[in-house]
Amino acid sequence: MKEQLQNIEKEALAAIGACGGLKELDALRVKYLGKKGELTAILKSMGSLSAEERPAMGQLANTVRKNLEEAVNSKNSELNSAALDAKLKAEKVDVTLPGRTRPIGVRHPLNIVLDELKEIFRGMGYTVVDGPEVEETKYVFDMLNTDEGHPARDEQDTFYITDKILLRTQTSSVQIREMLAHKPPIAIISPGRVYRSDTVDATHSPIFHQCEGLVIDKKITFGDLKGTLEMFAKRLYGEDIKLRFRPHHFPYTEPSAEVDLQCFKCHGEGCPLCKGEGWIEMLGSGLVHPQVLINCGIDPNEYSGFAFGIGLERIVMMRYNIDDMRLLYENDIRFLSQFR
Amino acid sequence: MDLSMKWLNDYVKADMPAKEFADKMTMGGSKVETWHNMSEPLSNIVVAKVISLERHPDSEKLWICQLDAGQGEPVQIVTAAQNLFEGAIVPACLHNSVIADGTKITKGKLRGVASNGMMCSYAELGLTPGDFSYPVADDGILILNDDPDIEKMPVGTDIRKALEIDDTIVEFEITNNRPDCLSVLGLAQEAAAVFDVPLNVKEPEYKTAGGNINDELTVRVENPKLCSRYMAALVKNVKIGPSPRWMARRLRASGVRPINNLVDITNFVMLEYGHPMHAFDLRYVEDNIITVRNAKAGETLKLLDEMAEPVKLSEEMLIIADGKKPIAIAGVMGGEHSGIMDDTTTVVFEAACFDGVSVRRTAKKVGERTEASSRFEKGLNPVNAEKALKRALELIDILGCGEITDGIIDVKSGEYEPERLKLDHKKVNELLGSDISDEEQRGILKRLGFGIEGDELIVPPTRIDMHLPCDIAEEVARIYGYNNIASTVPKLSCQGKRTERQKFEDKATSIALSLGFYEIMTYSFISPKDYELLGMKQEQRRSVVIRNPLGEDTSVMRTSPLTSMMEVIKRNYNNRNMAARFFETARAYFPNGENELPDEKDYLCFGLYGAGEDFFTAKGAIEELLEKLGIENAEFTADSDEPIYHPGRCARITVGENELGYVGQIHPSAAAAFDVGVEVYCAVIAIDKAYESMGGDVKYSALPKFPASSRDLSLVCDDGVTNGEIISVIKKNAKHLEAVRLFDIYKGEQVPEGKKSLSYTLTFRKKDATLTDEEADASVAKVLKALEAVGVVLR
Repeated sequence: MKEQLQNIEKEALAAIGACGGLKELDALRVKYLGKKGELTAILKSMGSLSAEERPAMGQLANTVRKNLEEAVNSKNSELNSAALDAKLKAEKVDVTLPGRTRPIGVRHPLNIVLDELKEIFRGMGYTVVDGPEVEETKYVFDMLNTDEGHPARDEQDTFYITDKILLRTQTSSVQIREMLAHKPPIAIISPGRVYRSDTVDATHSPIFHQCEGLVIDKKITFGDLKGTLEMFAKRLYGEDIKLRFRPHHFPYTEPSAEVDLQCFKCHGEGCPLCKGEGWIEMLGSGLVHPQVLINCGIDPNEYSGFAFGIGLERIVMMRYNIDDMRLLYENDIRFLSQFR
Repeated sequence: MDLSMKWLNDYVKADMPAKEFADKMTMGGSKVETWHNMSEPLSNIVVAKVISLERHPDSEKLWICQLDAGQGEPVQIVTAAQNLFEGAIVPACLHNSVIADGTKITKGKLRGVASNGMMCSYAELGLTPGDFSYPVADDGILILNDDPDIEKMPVGTDIRKALEIDDTIVEFEITNNRPDCLSVLGLAQEAAAVFDVPLNVKEPEYKTAGGNINDELTVRVENPKLCSRYMAALVKNVKIGPSPRWMARRLRASGVRPINNLVDITNFVMLEYGHPMHAFDLRYVEDNIITVRNAKAGETLKLLDEMAEPVKLSEEMLIIADGKKPIAIAGVMGGEHSGIMDDTTTVVFEAACFDGVSVRRTAKKVGERTEASSRFEKGLNPVNAEKALKRALELIDILGCGEITDGIIDVKSGEYEPERLKLDHKKVNELLGSDISDEEQRGILKRLGFGIEGDELIVPPTRIDMHLPCDIAEEVARIYGYNNIASTVPKLSCQGKRTERQKFEDKATSIALSLGFYEIMTYSFISPKDYELLGMKQEQRRSVVIRNPLGEDTSVMRTSPLTSMMEVIKRNYNNRNMAARFFETARAYFPNGENELPDEKDYLCFGLYGAGEDFFTAKGAIEELLEKLGIENAEFTADSDEPIYHPGRCARITVGENELGYVGQIHPSAAAAFDVGVEVYCAVIAIDKAYESMGGDVKYSALPKFPASSRDLSLVCDDGVTNGEIISVIKKNAKHLEAVRLFDIYKGEQVPEGKKSLSYTLTFRKKDATLTDEEADASVAKVLKALEAVGVVLR
């Protein structure tokens, strides 16, 4: 019997070892370990053994069974793993083939930059306000100290609907409306489209965008204006950027300043971008003229404020190296899809 | 304003490289646009004397000249000019010189003879005969022997220095609050302040020749409102001739052509003091009377300007008249006989203050906006008028070109009182956020020409822009240096936040982008023809009309964002961009009554075309947009009445009572009108209506605890029955219905002609128990019965 067991073990291990498929393996398991298998048959005949022989044979039979089971299991996982390998191999893809997607759209470059401006100023405590584009002359000119006879009011520069109604030439009209509607403190930006009677060319458009800002509170100073615009420029262009405040004249601010940005390309050395000047004109600003405050029912002895106006197209064109403003309004998808 | 640096240096010492001067003036408030040297690009041209002159051996026209050009050795130059002689003083362009047109002159050989440069004409120096006080040859070499300054130009002198054309001209951009800076003295005052150097201006002085002006001329001012001061002086025995070189050069540097000494004096004074003057020939002042009055109806005047037709004067125009007739339009231009002629002997100088608004209107009406009128427009003061007149007389004296009669006629309304402002250095610091001492502030203001008496600031009469403390602050700040004021950041008590509406719009934009739409930006004015192309209803075409448009193409404010969208699609289609999805947050404008502001409404406008796009991709995008914006229960109803759209492929979008807009295929005729050869789908959503239709906050509903059962139904019905109708019957009749979804539409062999098959999956679920098959079947049975009643049967 011992011999019989050893033969079965030997034969079975050889068969399992040589086995090449899961089905075949299962057949072998049934053949040797199944209820009607060879090993089971031998175990069933244990009863014919003597009491002395039985424990030793029992032990041997169990060992054989254990060995065969282990061999089947180990072969089983070996075959499984080979099958998985084969499957994975068959499923290989060319990862350089293009992916499939429903492409998403892109914000217009003007709005990409405007969104940034809004975020910067909102972070500084400003709210964004909107107002009419077709506007009354009093909000665009009269209340902003731009009297009848001022060249800005000329028909050559401004689109008129009637004598009293025009297409706004600046979004300052929104600031006037805001000051009339709300008591200080006021901290707003008023981005939007403005209209001037310029013929279309690479650097002019009869419609363009401004982002004007206004702060009115107690004890607002020219230093505050400087600090605010410097912070804005640093957020937009990075910490290294330098600004220069240059005296200028606007009817609605006093003192007034134009603000130049040190050329970010040549850092002030002079290059084609800044036309050799080292500085790029960026925006106009100043302390709100006391007459403008009075016009809006704000006491200039109690409150002061500053205002500034940024031309959006210019910033966008500089940022993306766009040399023709018309591209912004032509909306060719080959142009639009270059942004992100 | 073009400023001659030589002229400036008559009054302040500002001797420095032009770039440094320009930068500092700019930062002090006088913006320099650019500068150049008047003599550019001349170089290496010197004064030379012809020592000898001999015929070229091989030419009948050429001369071989030996020149003393101060080089030690004589210089040999071969020339074709025929006006040379031994001893002639000429400009010689040496080897490697440059003449006015930029040509470089080098040595060479002419018919075998060495020539080490050339001699040149006035034109090759960039000059005109008017730049010389003596006749110069148009054809030939410039001969300098008659030059009054010949003593000052020994051989070898650089020609730029010899002819005083080595002047730097600085071009300033003067803002319209500072007309005082449209003068040499105004800019000299600024330079004095910027560089902290003294301004050397003295009161004009001159000798008179006796007599009494009042015996020879009468001045009457009939409208003192429009003429606050009129001053006149008389110069007899004038000698008309060319101006001296220093005067001619200064005029030329300022862009004014020298004419003759008398005319040049009036121009010189205008440039120097900023006050226009006029000179009348007394012979043509009939009755020796000057009257400043309004024109009478029917009066005309032929102007100095070479206009063929005399101008018609009207009653609101202020004119200068003699005893009989108008002789000048006040502050604008003189009449044809009023000017200085070669045989003029007695001159009346006028310096006056005319009302700026009146001058502007008159100049505009007669179409003659002159140097003088543009200065009067900005407002001139009576003090400067007097200085200017006296300076003109001083120049007569200096030039020795006439005899000044004693006395000045001065008709004025009241005495000039300078503006006085209270000095308050604390207020200035309060506005600037600075800490500039009282003493420093006073110092700056004095440098700028302000007078100070105690705590009072006395504003110079030329400074029309000084009225308020903030004006003083600007003066102090710009000279102290804007960039020397410390930057601070205000502590705002406001909170920066978006309104709910702004959040809604931002979200709509994000969703549109994620649905594959590229954002566009278009002009909000359009051509009225675009309405025609799009086939819009007449009542939708009533627009806000621009009175002075650039052209018809941009003459009305759009009433729909669709015309602009179609323009963009047209451009893209024509550029062979075969497919695209666009959207715009666009404004449209709806007129109200005249002199009332229009209504402005914002829309989300979508446009899409190309392979794979159809009504349902457009509708699907809108459904997704509305759903994610929290707009529930949007209904899409077929609408065949909107002529913009395909009558069978257009849906009106509503939420309850709110009309949100439309989605549909642009009518093929409209697309064709825009030259687009493919189907174009568009949608327009009114943002305000969509915002109003937004549901409330999201509340989570518990995930189902019990399983669902589903049933598929294949139905057959007439072609005309819509999915919407079937769904609404199903929803109304199915108990425990959780969802219903269309999964197939079929027309063909197994379905009779004129019919179609629609297949739906109905999902049923109970909240509180497992739904039994019987319950599901019962619900389906009820649905089928209801469907049968409207002619929809199980296939």
